[in-house]
Order: sequence, then structure tokens, then C-alpha cells
Amino acid sequence: MRKNILFCLLLISCTFLWGQQMITFPKNGVDEPKSGLYVFMNATIFLDYKTKLEHANLLIKDGKVMNCGGVFEIPSDAIKVDATGQFIYPSFIDLYSSYGEEPISKKNTGSNEYISNKKGAFGWNESIKPEIQGVENFAVDRKKAEEYLKLGFGVVLTHMNDGIARGTGTLVNLNDKRENEVVLKDIASNQFSFKKGSSEQSYPSSQMGTIALIRQTFYDALWYKSDNEKREYNLSLESWNKNQNLVQIFETNDKLDVLRADKIGDEFGIQFLFKSSGDEYQRVKEIKETNGKFILPLNFPKPYDVEDPYDAMMVSLADMKNWEMAPANPFLLQKELVDFCFTSSDLEKREEFLTNLRKAVEYGLPEEYALKALTFNPSMFIKALDIVGTLERGKQANFIITSKSIFDKDCIIYQNWVQGEKHLINNYDFKDLRGTYKLAMNGETYYLLSNGTAELPVVELMSADSTKIKATYLRTGNLISLNFNLPYKEDTVSNFYLLMATLSSDLNNWTGTAQSKTGKWFTWSATKIFPYDDKSDKKPIVPKIEWGKMLYPFVAYGNENLPQSENVLFKNATIWTNEKEGVLKNADVLVMNGKVMKVGVAISPVGAKVIDATGKYITCGIIDEHSHICISNGVNEGGQASSSEVQIGDQVNSEDINMYRQLSGGVVAAQLLHGSANPIGGQSALIKLRWGLAPEQMKITGAVGFIKFALGENVKQSNWGDRSVTRFPQTRMGVEQVYINYFTKAVQYDLMAKKKAMGALINFRRDLELEALAEIVNKKRFISCHSYVQSEINMLMHVADTFGFKVNTFTHILEGYKVADKMKAHGVSASTFADWWGYKYEVIDAIPYNAYILQKMGVNTCINSDDAEMGRRLNQEAAKSIKYGGMSEEEAWKMVTLNPAIALHLDAHMGSIKAGKDADLVVWSENPLSVYAQVEKTMIDGVIYYDKILDAQKREEINDERTRLLQKMLEAKKGGVPTQKPVKKIPEHNGCMGFETD
Amino acid sequence: MKRIKIIGLVIIMTAAFKFVNAQDVPMPAPAQKEAITLQGGRLHVGNGLVIEKSTIIFESGKIIGASNFNSNTKGRVIDVSGKDIYPGLIATSSELGLVEIEAVRSTRDVNEVGLINSNVRASIAYNTDSRTTPTVRFNGVLTSQVTPNSGRISGTSSVMQMDAWNWEDALMKDDGVWIDFPNLFSYTGWWAEPGSFEKNKEYDNQLNELKSFLLESKAYCEKKDPLPINLKYGAMRGVFSGAMNLYIRAGGIKEMKSAISMCEELGIKPVLVGADDAYLMADELASKKISVILDKCHSLPSRTDDDIQQNYKTPTILQKAGVLFCISISGSWQTRNLAFEAGTAAAFGLTKEEALATITSNPAKILKMDNKIGTIEIGKNATLLVCEGDIMDMRTNKIEFAFIEGREISLGNKQLDLFHKFAAKYEIK
Repeated sequence: MRKNILFCLLLISCTFLWGQQMITFPKNGVDEPKSGLYVFMNATIFLDYKTKLEHANLLIKDGKVMNCGGVFEIPSDAIKVDATGQFIYPSFIDLYSSYGEEPISKKNTGSNEYISNKKGAFGWNESIKPEIQGVENFAVDRKKAEEYLKLGFGVVLTHMNDGIARGTGTLVNLNDKRENEVVLKDIASNQFSFKKGSSEQSYPSSQMGTIALIRQTFYDALWYKSDNEKREYNLSLESWNKNQNLVQIFETNDKLDVLRADKIGDEFGIQFLFKSSGDEYQRVKEIKETNGKFILPLNFPKPYDVEDPYDAMMVSLADMKNWEMAPANPFLLQKELVDFCFTSSDLEKREEFLTNLRKAVEYGLPEEYALKALTFNPSMFIKALDIVGTLERGKQANFIITSKSIFDKDCIIYQNWVQGEKHLINNYDFKDLRGTYKLAMNGETYYLLSNGTAELPVVELMSADSTKIKATYLRTGNLISLNFNLPYKEDTVSNFYLLMATLSSDLNNWTGTAQSKTGKWFTWSATKIFPYDDKSDKKPIVPKIEWGKMLYPFVAYGNENLPQSENVLFKNATIWTNEKEGVLKNADVLVMNGKVMKVGVAISPVGAKVIDATGKYITCGIIDEHSHICISNGVNEGGQASSSEVQIGDQVNSEDINMYRQLSGGVVAAQLLHGSANPIGGQSALIKLRWGLAPEQMKITGAVGFIKFALGENVKQSNWGDRSVTRFPQTRMGVEQVYINYFTKAVQYDLMAKKKAMGALINFRRDLELEALAEIVNKKRFISCHSYVQSEINMLMHVADTFGFKVNTFTHILEGYKVADKMKAHGVSASTFADWWGYKYEVIDAIPYNAYILQKMGVNTCINSDDAEMGRRLNQEAAKSIKYGGMSEEEAWKMVTLNPAIALHLDAHMGSIKAGKDADLVVWSENPLSVYAQVEKTMIDGVIYYDKILDAQKREEINDERTRLLQKMLEAKKGGVPTQKPVKKIPEHNGCMGFETD
Repeated sequence: MKRIKIIGLVIIMTAAFKFVNAQDVPMPAPAQKEAITLQGGRLHVGNGLVIEKSTIIFESGKIIGASNFNSNTKGRVIDVSGKDIYPGLIATSSELGLVEIEAVRSTRDVNEVGLINSNVRASIAYNTDSRTTPTVRFNGVLTSQVTPNSGRISGTSSVMQMDAWNWEDALMKDDGVWIDFPNLFSYTGWWAEPGSFEKNKEYDNQLNELKSFLLESKAYCEKKDPLPINLKYGAMRGVFSGAMNLYIRAGGIKEMKSAISMCEELGIKPVLVGADDAYLMADELASKKISVILDKCHSLPSRTDDDIQQNYKTPTILQKAGVLFCISISGSWQTRNLAFEAGTAAAFGLTKEEALATITSNPAKILKMDNKIGTIEIGKNATLLVCEGDIMDMRTNKIEFAFIEGREISLGNKQLDLFHKFAAKYEIK
């Protein structure tokens, strides 16, 4: 029977890559086989995170757990270790590390590299490197390993921390041995991130480009696998496919990134394990809905140093609240049954890991779950539960021995055993020496005060007259050395002492010799008179564990609760319908279930809340055809002349304060456009400004697809400086050819795609870039084209005619008036600035009468903002056409409401006040085209997202909450908590950094 | 194809001949020859007063009558009943005439190289033939303070009347030296690669450098015949004698406070420009009688948590505290929206006449030119406007007559010409 067990164990160990003996390595000298048979007796042992055994024994041999429990037979040759009163835990596992992986530094040549110049049969983009194998680059790093061992980790998953697809991670033990012995699972994970890393290529230059690149590579890999002709050998795609059956880990930078990565996963049937950033509690509902598991960092922000009230103003409410709530992140996630493990990565100082872990527990995370997140979960996530994560029989002998519960702040880790090898963290007989001692030396009496932590005591010498002197203290096993300067006294021989002492076995008495500065020797002794008293210590004031209310979104002016749709009857207003009824005076509008039910006179409320709007004006909401608000991490994918594969929809930012600011100007919807850095930009997102909701909920359902094109100086890089002269195109002639070339390819691609759809083609490479362009040709996707001068406007209409489609909208279109007749004939909409000009050469002929002429010529004309500030004054911008040209008020108003709805194909349910249409309404203090008009309420789908009165209330609440948090931060600082200095923040304002981004 | 182009060209040319008689830069008006009486208009004096029905007379470029409606007219009488009459608007901190096309370097004469350029003068680079200026006049701006903008000491600004043959004609006075105050935080990055703010490690050095220059130049200027001659120091003479203003661009509250205390040491009263955080220290500004040029009224607040309409409301806060301030738009072509920024300030708390003062009498006082411009009062320059209605509302900002020093200037401009040209092409009104 016993033999059988041994045989089984042998079998198990053979399946591992590591062995207790370096079988293939010759030995220089005499073999010294060891059994490593130890038994740890009478300890409190956590067999696993939930099974706590008191007075239990742990038997290990050959690096494995032989037995763990109460009573079992202990082999006579086992080395017995008395662990009475001590705690034994399975050692911790960190799944996010680049331990032992040489970092790659960026070359920073500053060159514009379009195609990879890396030698070898790799893929086209250097940031995609699935061929990298963490295990091949792995080298044991003793110093780094010690950092982890000290904290109780035994195993880490490490990978090359560079690029978007980073290749595979490898699970390793933290022993200082040959790499051959420590690798636990050679190819354990497939690693992704949103970071481009050391690649010098221009693409991708934005996060939406990164996402498009990942998606395209997935499709390329699918094609590659099925390409029987093997037209190309591609090491990157080979590896990409091989890596698919591994655990897929995605590093994200914030809570919205998690949702973005999850969306990619959903498209390809992958559930990522997310390395997240610690702010997931701010969107916990959506986070939970990903069904993903998480690797959580414990990098809780430091409080800000807010002693200077002006500096304090630079700290946003969101940052203050995050400081308060971040430690509760694990608790709040666990409460929602989101599964996670912990990583020590992202910490400014890795040694803060346990302190922060205990903090997370203080903030509500159950200890049992915390332990699970340190041991069982990571092992389960990485599919290594058969090897590590618990102390069950047969598992690797990875465990820590501690003085008490790991969650106790005075807990001392004595030893960390990895693969049955001991790592001494603190001397096994390490004991807390803190206390007050009476020190006798040279006939004088002093007192030694030892405070600080058990591991790092702070020692002071107090003379009889209570003056205190700081001493340096060093402890090596049971040897103590002290060193201090006594205040100068005439009658002493010298004032400088070096003391050496040995400890008595009961640790209460120190005896030793001392040497003064003059070299004279004394004997001295110290006796503990009081034990260390936690309470007598100057204890830091620990701020109370409580936190303020949640905000959606998690910024100032966010909502505590999401606003709800209401049935409302607005009574007795002047209503601008944008319909044939025109302006109705003393009229009512009834809103029910998010829709306009009725417009007219003396409507009965039928249970709806009645709002008296006497003297007010009600219009439908403003729609901004050209906006760059609510976009995270880059508006331009300028890495290539065409980037039709990128989607602004991937990067919608629900937390942008500018959404709220636009609401205050009566804006209800916007087209979020890609920038104008390249002729073929990216796909737009059409959103409603549903302040508080998550990104996907902001998108307008059923909206057709749009894409940004751009012409002229920006795409020619005319104003990019003298270095940017190599990217094609540099002239308007070249711009045309970019379009002709791409549409030619797209048409051919589309033929193939159709064949594929009919089953006539097996081997088909899905090309997201050409697919988007084919959608244009097939009239499924519509162009909004940044344009200025008449020649290029004309040109693009010709290109469209040639390929059998129409340009949907020319945006900016400052010389549109010069070709208004042609635009009318083409059927294109115009979306222009009211009065911009003079900022670059191509707007030299721009005139503020542009909108008027276009509108008079029958072109569907809109006024757009391209700017988060102007976006909230679009009513003023529309009114300028009354000055410039003499447009009627109603026509002017339509340019920011109905006309953009038409241009964006939203007019079936938006753009006017009509029964059945969306209840997107704005209540104005006076004629909305007046410079003196203020928005009083903005409603979207029957939900009031902005209310002038509530806004004032919110300001007070923000002030109160800030004041509370400032006090709390001041207290924290007083209590000795390290702080960070406030730094000025970049205002949230995409498109303001220059005229190039619009 | 070719034929269409030729026909198009013919149409354009006929249109050009028939309707476009102005040039894109109109001819400056000759000096006022006969007295002019504006009869029956609503007079907005610029200092808060309104005369509902007025009679205004000006002669030889000066206002000789501004009172309730009466029949004592003189010279040419223009019936302006139902119209609104305003002082010409004043654009401070402007790049008009110094910048033609922002993105084209060769048309930018606003950023001189070097840190200390007190001796460069805006007036001599002022382009009277700018295509931009007439479009700005069209909306009521008749006087501008053109301002250099770079380095620590950018140079000397000049107040220009905006209808002239050359800069000598245009120049009213070189009025002040401009300082770009050191920032506590500096920005790293640009639009394509956004960076972040970092503490400006050079702040103390920069401040010292600036102070030293001011102290040294003060000592220099106090000497009777200083030698050797230092042009940069010499250019500061007006500042220390009180003849010229010292303008300091500073936005953050700490920078503003630091600028004020630096000036107190030197015995100078600066004008703060930008002054984004002025609303946080309005009382202090008022009690120290420090005036302010606000140039971001149509801007987003600088902090996420700020009142979302802070910049619209700041004028009201300063007004209530009693700070002398004006509203300005830095830039060139954008200046045409000056009246609308004042309008927004009125929407958010100022009375309409207070708002008007922020672009007329207040800037005149700040420029120390209120003896000449900024209000319609007897003895002042006849630099004024007749507007169809409320000048601060986009719908009624339609200037019908504009006079600079009594000269009836052309309101034509390149944009209007292009409008007429294409309206003719399409046969629209």
C-alpha cells in the first residue's frame, strides 16, 4: 500500500517539469541525495483557505506534502520542528509579474516606421508578439525573488511585459535554483495588454487602434489556420493559434478597459482573466456582467497632501473619493460575487502588499476570501490546483510559517518554504523585543525604549532626565548592536558608544560590552521592565472606515442614483416643434415612457407629473454632428493613411464631465468622431448623453454606422512640422488616390466576401479595414468627411459617384458655399462651423454666410461644435446665421436639431417634437436662440439628466463631500500616513490641443 | 466637364463685376468733414447709462452732444430711430494685425524669440491691410490693443484704431509691457501625444530671473542718463513712471497672488490677464485696486469639480466685488465674437449695461484711455456704432454705421464680398 502511494507520487512528480534532482545534469563531486523529510508539529494549519486545523502536523518529503492533519503516523527519520503556536498557510501565488524577464527598452529612434523592420518570419506589427515565450527568457533573479518570498509568495506567473500580444507566461517557483528546477508550468498563459510597448511602429497610435489590431489578428489567425495553400509562413500567427488553449490574461488600465477587453473576448468566444487596476467598484454591475475573473492589485492611493487649500483644489472629487474607497474595492467586488486573486504588481513599494491586504480586510473583505484570493483562486485561475494552492497531500510543499494570523498586523513571517526548501524570512526563533529596558552602563542608568514594528523596532535611549536620543539598532540572530551619541557631558569620558550584547534565552535580559569613542571598554546590561504596550505608543490616527456615496459616473456631478424616466406634462410653454406646426404658444407637451405622447393645447396629465413651464421655451434637444467628447485614449488613429477598422465605439468614455457640461447647453446626442489625421479615419459612435450610464448604454440603438473621412491640410500633415513629410499622401492629388486605391480594393474584397457568404469560397481572410469600406460602397455605412476647400469637396463626390455611393455629410465644409449647387445635386448634408476661419491656409476663404447659402440652396445644413466648450453654446452658434445672411429663427434652430438628426439618419425618432418621437426635450429660460437663454432642464428619453436647480444642489453636495474628504486627508497626514502632492490636472477637452484633431 | 468649368468661371466673373465693389480690405475713411447728428436712437453710453431716445452730435472726430432727444441738430442728420447706439467695442490682449493665418508661420508676427523682449513693439508690425480686421469691425470692434505673446517679457502692446492706411495712422499709443508669469506647473506633451502637468522645477529660478530684471530695470530707469544704454531696461521706463501699464498673464490663483506680491515690492500696480482664478480672490483684487482682463469667458472651467459655468459667471463675481475688469478674446479672427462673450456674461448675472461696459468703458479705463474712448460722452472721440438692435445678441448684432473719430468707416470685408459673389452666382438674396 505504502509502495503504491510512493509510486503514485513518483508518477505525479514525473509529470511536472521540475524534479527534486537535476536528473540530466552531471554532478561535480559526490552525490548528496536528500529526502527533505520534515514534520511541523502542533501548528495552526490552513489546509486550504477554508480549512483551519488546530494543533495539526504537516509532513513534507521530496518537496511535497505527504500528510497534513491531526493524528497521523510520523516517520521516525523525519526532522521534527516544533511549531506550537505558529500558523502555517499555503504560500501565496501572484499571477501578474515579470519576475526574471529582462525588460525591453524602447529604442526611441523617433522614426516613422510603417511596417515592422524586425528580422524574421514574424507578423507585420511589432506590438503583436505571441511568439515570445516567457519561459525562454526566464532567468532566476534572487533579489527579486526575495521581495516576493518576504511577503509569503511561493509561486508567480511571469511574462514578458511588453507589447499588446505579449506571448506566454510561465508559472515558476521562487527558489534560487537552476531555472530547470523552478519552472512549474512552462506555458501557462497567453498575455495581452492595451500597451504598445517597445514597438517603434506608428500603428497603433491609439487604444481604438489597439483593439482593431487585436481583432484583426484574431481573424488573421483564423484565416491562417484554414489556409491550406499556406501562402505565407507567419511565426506570430502560428504562435497566436497555439496560445489559444491557454489561460488568456488581459491587462487593463481602468474599469472601462475591462469592459472593452471583455467585448473583444465575447467576439471570439474567449473569457479573459483580467488584470485590473483597482477601480472596478465604480462600475461593479458591468464588471460583474463580464463574468470574468480578476487579478486585483492592492495599490491603494495615498492621501493627498491638502494642507494648502489652493493645492487641494487641484485634487478632484473623484480622486479624493477613490482614495477613500479603493481599499474597499476587494470587499465591494466580493460582495457581488466577483471572483479574484491578488497581485503585488502596481505597488509603489512591493512591501506594502500585506499592509494593504490587511487594509482590504479591515474594509470588509472576509479573511477567508482574502486567503482564497492569495492561494486557492490564483492556482485555480491558472489551472495549477493539482500542484499548488492548498496543503493537501501530493501538493507541492509551498507554505509559510507565521507567528500569528497573517491578517494580524503584527504577524511575523518566519519562513517561506518553496518546493520543500526553507527560506528564512525572520529567524525562526525571532521574537518581539520591543519594550522598555533599564540599561546600566558605566555606573549610570538609562532607559531603552523600543517601539516601531516587531521586525523593525525603533530604539531610543532615555537618560534619567528624560532626554531622548535616537539609537541605531541592528539585530543578527541573538546578537544585538546599538550605537548612539550621548549628549556631551564634561564628566563622561566620551559621548559616543558602540554596544554589543547577547540576548538571554528568555529575551528579557541583554548583557554585553560597550566601547566608547576613546576606545575604552565597559560592560553593560539591560533588563526589560515593561513589555511593549501597543497603546502607550503614539498611535497613528486611523481614519474611520466609512465611505461616501457612490457616484455614477464616478466624478463630480455624478448621480448617486441613476435618474429614472418620468411621465411628465410640461404646461403652458412656447414649444418649437420643428414640425409643420412650427412654434406653438401656450402649449403643452406630454411625455410618457420616454416618448412624446402628445403636443398641443390643454393636454390632460393622465397621471403624469405636471411641470409648469409658463414663460419657458421647449425645444427638442440639440444634436451635435461633430463631437470628440467622451472618448478615451486617443481620438486619432493616425498611424496609417487609412484606419477604417478602428471604432470610436470601443472607446466611449462614460465618465467624461464634458457630457454633463454639454447637457447644460441642451445637447442630447452627439456623433463621436474620429479625428482628421488621415484620409480614411475611423468609425463613429452615435450616443445620447445618458449621464451616469455605462458606455454601451449610451450608444443609440439602431443607429446606422458612420465613418470619418478627412481631406486637406490635416491628412497631408501640412501643419505637423518639417519632419512629417514621408507619409503618403502629402498633396490633395495623393489624397484622391488613397480613396481610389482603397475603394478599388474594397470592391474586390466585397466580391470575395459575397462568394464566401454563398459558400463558394472556403479560404477567406476577413479584413476589417476593407469590410468597413465595402459597407460604404454597399450603402450600409456613411461618411462624415472633414473638408474645407472646394476642389477636394468636389473630388470626393466624384470618387463616391465612381464607386456608386453618396457622401453622406461634409463636416466643417467651410468652402461648401462655393459648390453648394453640386452638393445639392449629390444630396450630401453639410455640417459647418458658424463663423470659424483664419486658423490655417485652407480656411482663408471661409465665410460665416456658408450655412445660410447652403441652406438656401437646399442642402441639409447643420452647425457643429468640434469642441466641448462650443458644444454647450450651439444655440448661439445657430443664431449667428440670423446675423450672417438673415436666416429665419426656425430654420436656424433646425440646424442644430432636426438637420443633424437627418444627417445622422436619426430623424425617424429624433430632431423634432412630435407624438411618437423620443422625449429628448430642453426647457429654456427664453428664446433658445437668444444669447441670454439658459437651459433649465435637459431630458433624454423622458429622463431628466440636467436640471439647473439640481445642478446648484450638486455644487453644494460636491463642496460638502470635498470638505469631508479634505478633513479626512488632513487627519490621515497628521496620523503619519504618507501623502502625495497634488498636481494640476489636464482639463478634459479632446480636440483642444490644436486644430489638427478636429 | 470642361464646358461646365468655363461657364462657372463666366458666372463668377460677371458676379464679381456686378456686385462686388468693395475690396477685401476697404479703403480707410477720410477725416470727418461735416458734423453728424444721430437722431432718435437708444443710446448706450457705455458706463451703465441708457438714454432711450437720444440726439448725438459729433464734429471733427469729437462728440459735442449726447443727450435726450431734441431738435438741435447739426450737419448731416441720420435718423436712427429704433436703433441702438454703442461706443465702439475695444478688444484688449489681441493678435489682430499681427497674425493673419495661425498655422502659417510667415504670417505670424506675435512670438519674438528670447526671454526678455520688453523693447519689441507691437505697433510697428501691425498690418493695416489684414483681411481679418474688417470682419471684426463688422461686428463692432473699432479699437484693439495688439499684443506680443512669447517669452517671459513678451514686449510692448499698442492700442490701435482700426481704420488706417498704415500703422502710424492706426497707433493711438504704445500702452504697456507684457509679462508671461512663470507657471507652477508645466505641461509635457502635445496634441498627438498628450502628456501631463508636472511641477515646474524652474519656478523659483524663473521668478528670480524676472524679479532681477524688474529691479535692475527700475534702477536703470530711475537714473537720469544711465550708461551703458540698455534697450530692454529702457523700454520699462513708462512702466515705472506710471505712463504705461504692466500686464501680467497669470491664470492660477497662486501665480496671481505671487505676481501681485512681486509688484507690490516694486511699487507697481499690474493688470492681470487671463486670471482664470480671479473669482477666488475678487475681494482682494478689489481692495488692492488691481484690474483684470478676462480672456476665457467662453471656456470650460479649469477643474473638473468647478461650477460647470464658472467662466460664464466669473464676470458677475468680479462685478459684485467691485473689481475693474474687461472681457477679451485672445486671438485674431475670434475677436469678432467679443460682444457675444459679454452677452453670455449678461445671461449669467451681469446687467446688460454692465456687460456692455466690460467691452467698452472698462477696457478704456484699464488702457488709461477713458478720456478718449469707451463711452459716448461729450469730449470723447466719436468712435461709435449704430446697431440694428442689441449688439450682444447674435440675432441683432447688425452694425449699420460705424464711426472712428467721426469718420464713417466701411463695414465691407472679404467675407461679405465672397457672400455677395456666390449669392449672385446662385441668385439668392
